[in-house]
Amino acid sequence: MAEPGPALAGQFEDLEQQQDASWLGMWVFLLTEVMFFGGMFAGYAVYRAAYPAAFGDASRHLDLPLGAINTAVLICSSLTMALAVHHAQRGARRHLTAFLVLTLLLGVTFLGIKAVEYTHKFEQHLVPGRSFLYEEGTARHAELFFVFYFAMTGMHGLHMVIGVGLLAVLAVRAWRGRLAPPRVAPVELSGLYWHFVDIVWIFLFPLLYLISRT
Amino acid sequence: MMSPDVPHRRVYYLVFVTLLLLTLVTVELAFFDLGLLNVYVALAIAAGKASLVVLFFMHARYRGGLTWAVLGAAGVWLAILLLLTLSDFVTRDWLAPAAPAGLEDTP
Repeated sequence: MAEPGPALAGQFEDLEQQQDASWLGMWVFLLTEVMFFGGMFAGYAVYRAAYPAAFGDASRHLDLPLGAINTAVLICSSLTMALAVHHAQRGARRHLTAFLVLTLLLGVTFLGIKAVEYTHKFEQHLVPGRSFLYEEGTARHAELFFVFYFAMTGMHGLHMVIGVGLLAVLAVRAWRGRLAPPRVAPVELSGLYWHFVDIVWIFLFPLLYLISRT
Repeated sequence: MMSPDVPHRRVYYLVFVTLLLLTLVTVELAFFDLGLLNVYVALAIAAGKASLVVLFFMHARYRGGLTWAVLGAAGVWLAILLLLTLSDFVTRDWLAPAAPAGLEDTP
């Protein structure tokens, strides 16, 4: 790895301004992500309103315990990520590395549980397409529910994979001492990203798994 | 812009426990038949959890006006996307013209 450049880039007055600029850039990026996921949420709302019975019935095929466990796993990973940022800002290299690795492992756990759920859906022929099998008379509308389920959890999962990749790079750099103050922006901004992906799941979980359980 | 302050670690643990409790509450409530309210309660709890994450884990509470401007922009644009779309789809058949006699079955 090349030696890091000067901590303060030439276009900024001071480190505080540089930090504000990088945080603001990340927030604006996350705003575009809100709109990206917002489009899928809007589509889901429209079709759920159009076919409430079929969507409700299809959503009861999802594995609620696994979804709930995954929600808890992501909340734990958000805590460890927040603590990683906390230790990065204080220059605690070992703690920073440990919490980054812990966050990474929780992210991988989430993806593993998601993979188990996806496997079950394939085995139960609930994946949209030619092998889709559904008895309850509303197969076309139920298939539409699973299109949304796989598109939304799939996009969320892709964001998780990217986040896990970021964490792997950060953990190595943290261990080598490349993320000591004031060079903590990569940890802070990855933290913002990670929490955002957590928030997406906070909305996906009730909308896909929970409503129409009664 | 306000100089970035950071929350105490105790705040993180408190937010963490609250988030787990709210998850438990939302799962339990899903099995009570509240009629239409089920959706709104679930969404309200999700919004509360998201706010906690934004305010404390993402430090929005400790940062300045520009961060809030971006957050406000996200809220406004998302509201336009969702509310205008749904106000269309939800109200489409409110003003369906009465079919002329003898043509009731015409699509």
